[in-house]
Amino acid sequence: MTEKKNLVIIGGGPAGLAAAKAAYDAGERDILVLEREERLGGILNQCIHNGFGLHTFKEELTGPEYAARYEREVAARGIECKTGTTVLSIKDRQVTAVGAEGLKVYDAKAVILACGCRERPRGAINIAGCRAAGVFSAGTAQKLINIDGLMPGREVVILGSGDIGLIMARRMTFQGAKVKAVVELMPYSSGLNRNIVQCLDDFGIPLKFSHTVVGIKGKKRVSSVIVAAVDKDLRPVAGTEEEIPCDTLLLSVGLLPENEVAKTAGVELSPVTSGAVVDDGLMTSCDGVFACGNVLHVHDLVDFVSEESERAGASAAAYIRGKSGGSDHVTVSASGGVRYAVPQKVNRRGDGPIGFKMRVGRPAKDVKISLFCDGREVAFRKKRIVTPGEMETLSLTAEQSDVLRGAHEAEIRLTEV
Amino acid sequence: MKEMICICCPLGCRLKVYDEGGELRVEGNSCPRGARYGVEETRCPKRTVTSVVRVEGGDCEMVSVKTSDAIEKAKIFDALALLKGLKVTAPIEEGSVIVRDILGTGVDFVATKTVRKKQ
Repeated sequence: MTEKKNLVIIGGGPAGLAAAKAAYDAGERDILVLEREERLGGILNQCIHNGFGLHTFKEELTGPEYAARYEREVAARGIECKTGTTVLSIKDRQVTAVGAEGLKVYDAKAVILACGCRERPRGAINIAGCRAAGVFSAGTAQKLINIDGLMPGREVVILGSGDIGLIMARRMTFQGAKVKAVVELMPYSSGLNRNIVQCLDDFGIPLKFSHTVVGIKGKKRVSSVIVAAVDKDLRPVAGTEEEIPCDTLLLSVGLLPENEVAKTAGVELSPVTSGAVVDDGLMTSCDGVFACGNVLHVHDLVDFVSEESERAGASAAAYIRGKSGGSDHVTVSASGGVRYAVPQKVNRRGDGPIGFKMRVGRPAKDVKISLFCDGREVAFRKKRIVTPGEMETLSLTAEQSDVLRGAHEAEIRLTEV
Repeated sequence: MKEMICICCPLGCRLKVYDEGGELRVEGNSCPRGARYGVEETRCPKRTVTSVVRVEGGDCEMVSVKTSDAIEKAKIFDALALLKGLKVTAPIEEGSVIVRDILGTGVDFVATKTVRKKQ
């Protein structure tokens, strides 16, 4: 029942595949990738639009093409992947999984969490109204159309202007649906500007900022939604209600790291990212358990997921070889407009250059992203514009990284210039 | 004068494109790429189009496709109409042509996914 494995990777999407490839290239040969779907590739399989891989491959690929490139890399290395296998729990690096072979326990030297994220459901945002059919998360609609070949509806309102909501507005339009409006609670979109242009403006789909859905009407099927403006505290303004007839409401209201498995291992989670707290080798609070990709924090570009996951793979391989940084860390806090920065801590005995990924809390212009070590500015990067929808990075040189490792305390902060 | 948001980078500059006797002049851009985008987007806006086509005898229901090059924006829906009701038979290799020469553009719809035969 129990099988020994050096490295078990949970998830065969872009994060898991990139981690597997990098671990192999770092010398590790005993690797197993566990994927709960029947196909590798994760969410990329249903993201049939183009725009993936501009950083990694210097060309615009579709999701399935991007996934296939990594699948080929993994297959060429002979790395074992088990699909149709769901991991139930991890305890002391013992991974319990269920699949075609029944229940199996893998006794691993290192585990990489690459489980991706899931959508925030309707329940999380409390829309009043009836429980008629026709309310879907945007990702569910994407799967129905692109994977199953089913059309979820004909007249559509979309709540949330994140990238998935924008992409689905165009996708539903292509399939002959009428998208009546995209409604956004905030005064700005968390999606990429290019998606607003290519997915909404191209087809004359209205985007209503500072509006939300306050009601859903319909008996068996949705017949209309009530949309209202919100004030600066995001509360609906009485008297601004507008009824929009439709049969479908898509929700694109945010993504959350899928950390159910991480919780069974006792991994410390960040209340801000909802992902694990990690060091610069992407190791979590559990010795030998690593995290990368959307399970760690939600990314907007798969290229950054691949890059981060390759680091996790190499780092796990080094850990298996007995190279451990120990538990002496410098904590790196985020403040002054920076909502979070990953990694949240840095290993004092680590080596090599360190890079941070972060998100800001609200849009700002002409700013500087700075790393302060014991009150001194050690590194900075100027930006013309920052928005919550775009992940920012700060890469340190080897010297700057060493200063950080020797610091008593460190902070990443946004300042105006 | 035409107004547009540049999609080259996250800045999202608001461009104004003036037609001065056939010569296009772009305002509001922060870089040369923005100027180029303004001209192209005014003369002949093009887009890569992606969709899915039904598969028979495959290990999945649908195969994803894309245009092998960008096509004129005005032709998007006519191009998509070519895919409606279309059925292709597995196996299908990534990159294989699904619809040749869309509306005389010389651009093809190609598969973006490999579909194996149903076991």
